[in-house]
Order: sequence, then C-alpha cells, then structure tokens
Amino acid sequence: MTPFQQFIQKEFGRLKAELPYHETTDALRERGLESFIQKDFAGYRKENRQVFDTLIAPSAEWKFQTQPPAYRPVEEYFHCKVQNIDTQMFVFLNGWYVHRKDALSVSEDGVITGSIFAALEKFPQLVLPYLTQPESHREDSLSALNRMMFNDGLFVYVPENVAVEKPVQLISLTDSNEQLMLHNRNLIVLGRNAQLSFIQCDDSIQFQKTFINNVTQVHLEEDARLSYYKMENKNPESLLFNEVEVVQKAHSQFFSNAMTFNTGYLRNKINVYLTEPFSSAHLYGLYLVDKKQQVDNQIYIDHQVPDCESYQLYKGIADDEAKAHFLGHVVVRPDAQRTVAAQTNRNITLTDQAQVTSKPFLEIYADDVKCNHGTTVGQLDDEAMFYLRTRGICERNARMLLMFAFANEIANHIKIHTLQERYKEMIRKRLNGELTICDQCVLHCPHIKDIGKDIVTA
Amino acid sequence: MLKINNLHVSIKGKEILKGVNLEIKEGEVHAIMGPNGTGKSTLASVIAGKEIFDVTEGSITYEGKDLLAMSVEDRAREGIFIGFQYPVEIPGVSITNFMKTAVEEIRRYRGLPALSELEFRKMMKEKAKVVELTEKLSDRSVNEGFSGGEKKRNEIFQMAMLEPRLSILDETDSGLDIDALRIVANGVTKLKSPENSTVVITHYQRLLDYIVPDFVHVLFDGKIVKSGSKELALELEQRGYDWIKQEYEQRNQH
Repeated sequence: MTPFQQFIQKEFGRLKAELPYHETTDALRERGLESFIQKDFAGYRKENRQVFDTLIAPSAEWKFQTQPPAYRPVEEYFHCKVQNIDTQMFVFLNGWYVHRKDALSVSEDGVITGSIFAALEKFPQLVLPYLTQPESHREDSLSALNRMMFNDGLFVYVPENVAVEKPVQLISLTDSNEQLMLHNRNLIVLGRNAQLSFIQCDDSIQFQKTFINNVTQVHLEEDARLSYYKMENKNPESLLFNEVEVVQKAHSQFFSNAMTFNTGYLRNKINVYLTEPFSSAHLYGLYLVDKKQQVDNQIYIDHQVPDCESYQLYKGIADDEAKAHFLGHVVVRPDAQRTVAAQTNRNITLTDQAQVTSKPFLEIYADDVKCNHGTTVGQLDDEAMFYLRTRGICERNARMLLMFAFANEIANHIKIHTLQERYKEMIRKRLNGELTICDQCVLHCPHIKDIGKDIVTA
Repeated sequence: MLKINNLHVSIKGKEILKGVNLEIKEGEVHAIMGPNGTGKSTLASVIAGKEIFDVTEGSITYEGKDLLAMSVEDRAREGIFIGFQYPVEIPGVSITNFMKTAVEEIRRYRGLPALSELEFRKMMKEKAKVVELTEKLSDRSVNEGFSGGEKKRNEIFQMAMLEPRLSILDETDSGLDIDALRIVANGVTKLKSPENSTVVITHYQRLLDYIVPDFVHVLFDGKIVKSGSKELALELEQRGYDWIKQEYEQRNQH
C-alpha cells in the first residue's frame, strides 16, 4: 500500500461513522474502499502519477468535511448579481448543499432537485438503481475514492416529456482555512423525452489548497437531451478531478462543453456509454492555460450498439509553462455497425516550455463504420500573421486575432446565447492577459446578465 | 515617393534580385512585367517586409525614410499596401473584425481620431461598393472558402479601406475571368487620385487596358532590363519576351 492509501484507509476508519448515512451506503463505501486499495496509483500513466506523487500523496494535512457547515446565506460570502441570472442555482459550500429549509424540492411538473441524501430518503427508487449500480470497468482509484467518501451532491430528476426551461446551475465553492478534500456525487436522471441544460461551476473563494474529487452520474432515457457545461475558476493551488459518467438510451442526445480558463490542476474525465441505437454524444472543450496550470481532458466513448454517433472537438492554447493533455479513447464494439465517430484535437503552444500531449486512441471492432481523428500541436500560422501585419496590425494584435478565432470555434457551440457572449468576452480578456483569477466566478460576474433567457434551440 | 536603389535580394543564398533600380513619383502608375520566376513577386514581398528574404545590397527609401528599417505593420501604416497574388485564408477571423482592427491601428498611427461604430459601418458599406462586394461577405472569415475572384476583390476592398499612398498589386489579374477582372480593375481605377501611386505587377497586357500605366518596366534575371511607355506593354503582348531576352543577352556579351 502506498502512504496515500494508508492515509485514506486510516481516515476512513476514523470518519466513516460521521459520514452521512443511508441503509445502502455502508456497503457502497466498503466496496469503494476495496476498489481504492486494489487500484494502485502507480498503474497510471506518467503524467497522472506525477500529480499524485507530488501534490496529493505526501500531504497528511488533508481535512474532510464530514458534516455540513452551519447555514450561512450565500450572499454573505459570495457576491454576485444572482437575481439577474435566470438559472436555478444550487450552491454547494465545502461539499454541502446550502439551503435554509428543504434539502429537496419538487416542482409542479415533477422535477426534483436538491441534496442526493435527501433524495435517497424520500425517493429511493429514483436514486438507488443508479447509485448502487456496479462500478464500470472504467472506475479508477479516484472514482473509487469518491464512492467511499462521498458526502453530498446534487440530484436532478426530470420526468418524462418535461423540458426544463431554466438551466440548472450547480456552483461548488470552497471557503476554508483548512486544506479540504471533498467528494461530491451528483446524479442527473432525464426521463423519456426530457430536456435539461446543466451548468457546473467550481469556484475557489480563497487561495487555500483544495482537493476536489467529484463524480457526476448521468442517465438519459430514450429521446432525452442534456446539454452539460463545465467551467471553473479555481486558484492555482487547487486540484480538481471531475468525472462524468453518461449512460444513454435510444435516440438520446448528450452535448457537453468544457471551458477551462483558470485552474491549478484539472482533470475532466467524461465516459459516455451509448447503449441503445441512434443515441449521440457531442463533446467540445477549450483550455486556455498559462503559468503552471495543468489541464487533462480524458474522453472515453463506448459505442456498444449500431447506429450511434459521437463527435469530439477539443482545442487548447498553452502558454508559459502550462501543460495540457488530451486523451480521446473511442471503442466501437463488434456489433456497433454504422457507427459514426469523429475526434479532433488542436493545440497551440506559445512557448518552448509549454507542453501538450495528445493521444487519440480508436479501438474499432466493427467493419461498417465511419471513424476519423486528427491531432495537431503547433504554433500560430506564420503566413496568416504576416498577412495581418501587412494591413497595419501590430504583432500582438495579429496574434490576438488568430488566437481568438481559434478559441471561438468552441464558444460558438454554446447554445445558451448570453453564456456564449459572456464566454467570448472571457476568451478575449483571457488572451489579452486581463484575466487571471477573477474575484468572481466566470458566471457570477456582475457584467453577465439574464443567463438562460434565450436558449438557442437547434 | 518610393526609390529603389541597386537592390540585391537573396533567399537561402540564392540571388533573386540583382540590382533593381526604380523610382515612383506621386500620382504615377507603373507596370512591372516579365516572364515567370524573374523576381517580380520577390520585389513585392521585400517591399511588404517578408523576413525570409535577405537584402544583401542597395536600399529602398519611401518618402525619404529607410523602408527596410521599418516593421511590416509600420510600412502599412505609412501608406504602403500590397495586394497579394495568393491571399491567405484565416478561418474564424471575420472581415469586419479584421478591418476594424487594421483601420483602428492605422488611424491611431496617423494621428486621426477613432471612428465610431456607425462611421466604421458606413465606411465598410461604401468601400464594399468599389468592388461590388455584398455586405454578407463581411461576416465571413477572411478569404476562407472564397473563389479566386472573391479573394482578389477582397484585396482591393482592403485597399479601399486602408487608403494607401502607394499600392503594389501583385498579379491581381491572375486566375480571374473577364468579369471579375473588370470589377477588380475598375475598383483600382476608382481609388486612383493625383496623390497616390500604383504599381501593377502582371504577366499580361489585358489588365493594363483598364489600369493605364504611365511607365512599363520589364524585370528579367533580377533586373529591370527595359522601361518604356504603355506602348511597351502592347509590344510585349504581341512579340512575347524572347526579344527582350535576346537584347539582354547581347548587351551582356559586349
């Protein structure tokens, strides 16, 4: 056992009685522990191992927040013009859902939102089938660690034929003088032909080091449609592991867009299981990293059945000594005929110290498929730079125009119009060097108004 | 306005221009003709400031200033415009955004007040008419997916927007059908004034039916070997370049 595994095992023994309890959770946690111990960190690829070795493992300072902090109104520590944002906002502070009265609410049309533990008590039949399902073969030690230690999380249930108008926005804040290690487990279930836009934002209030290890399970019934936006505004000391597991039924559509501007170390892992025909997944990502930031996007798409479609477009710019990794793994099972799978990853490195690794990995066992992938790592186009300069544009602005154009391609896929505009503004500021860690989250900036009022329908 | 004196230019050790002399005065139109591979485009690139070329000898002065010491963007801001033979495609950068940035920077350099959004839009609209560009084009990415004719019209549109004092149009007629050629050439003519000068680099005389030159030069073997009036272009059209070559070789033998 590694020192980190020993540390976790010891802490788990000490704290398990304090962790939130449901009659099913003990078994879950024990299973998590078993899996966590079995899966050796050393089994990971080099880049990840370094993160574990240098950032996580040696630290015995990690503290767990096993009980919800005393209720404080969000406005006290988080200043934003929430009133103007047309989303349903769910704030989690140090891993716990912040609420004055009910931890769970049910709308007129039957949409259930709130704490996952409250949902376990009240609607076990809606939660248990997903929460207790056997771990996938993709489970790694961090997913196991989440299963073992999870305290709270957001539960969203949209019944069949309901289209939720306002996007649901999950904001996870950390505000503590202690070095927190947090494990949230979110669950999003969309019934047949249900629709939802979901925005997940992680935000640091202080500059204290944090370790966040979140898992979000998504289940999409037939014809359901989910748009998932992931963004964060974390301090350079933060470690953020975000895993999304998506199970899709027939004709369902999953769309995701992950935008990374400010982070310490970030891993965005998305596993998509296309389990019934004519389901589709469209995944976009943009990372603009500088200084010593590290971002790691890991995609796994499992085409289990015929006639499904997956599409990935990830782009990034690495400046200074930043590091970016992309791993795109697509499996097309023997039965999955007429699969369409496309994957593209484009990168620009601005300095010699910046590092980009891109690994496309297509595993195809069916013969009647259309699959392609493309990866580039390079600098800005010299010919285009020269052309812009011959029109009187200085080198700096020419560079800006090209980088902005490069990044905008991803922002153009955001379907919420105001969010898209805001993002383009963020990209511009970020590339202009006007934006490092902002005082306020990307989404809560006072300049952004009326998010979600005008969702662009495809 | 522009004075090129004994210009020698090499690329990767190979000499392309071998002592070019040329003077262009205010209001003049010059045509530079010659067979392929004699250095016409190199001359345009060196004036634009392309870094892969080494100037080994000679000088270029523009309005009394050392042009070769200026940055690429400053040359443009000082009033030099190059219309390229192969305009670059720039995905994701809209023509509007591109021109806005360029006009802003040039006006600032020239000490002119910034244009308001409305003034800029109006200017775009007016200048687009010069080359019969539709407004729809301005939302498209620079040259991306443009036809040959659209690319060249877009070059002249940019020329109209930037209001240069000296324009160098490199093979602006290449790859154009007769209608596109007429639109492009008429555009250039509309932009002509007694204060600005134009250099047209071309293979063929046809463009010069529209843009009538005051002087015609023949560039051959890295030098201007013959200069004359617009009649020289007609003679070249009829007789080809072989006689120029022979004359040049005979002269070199003596």
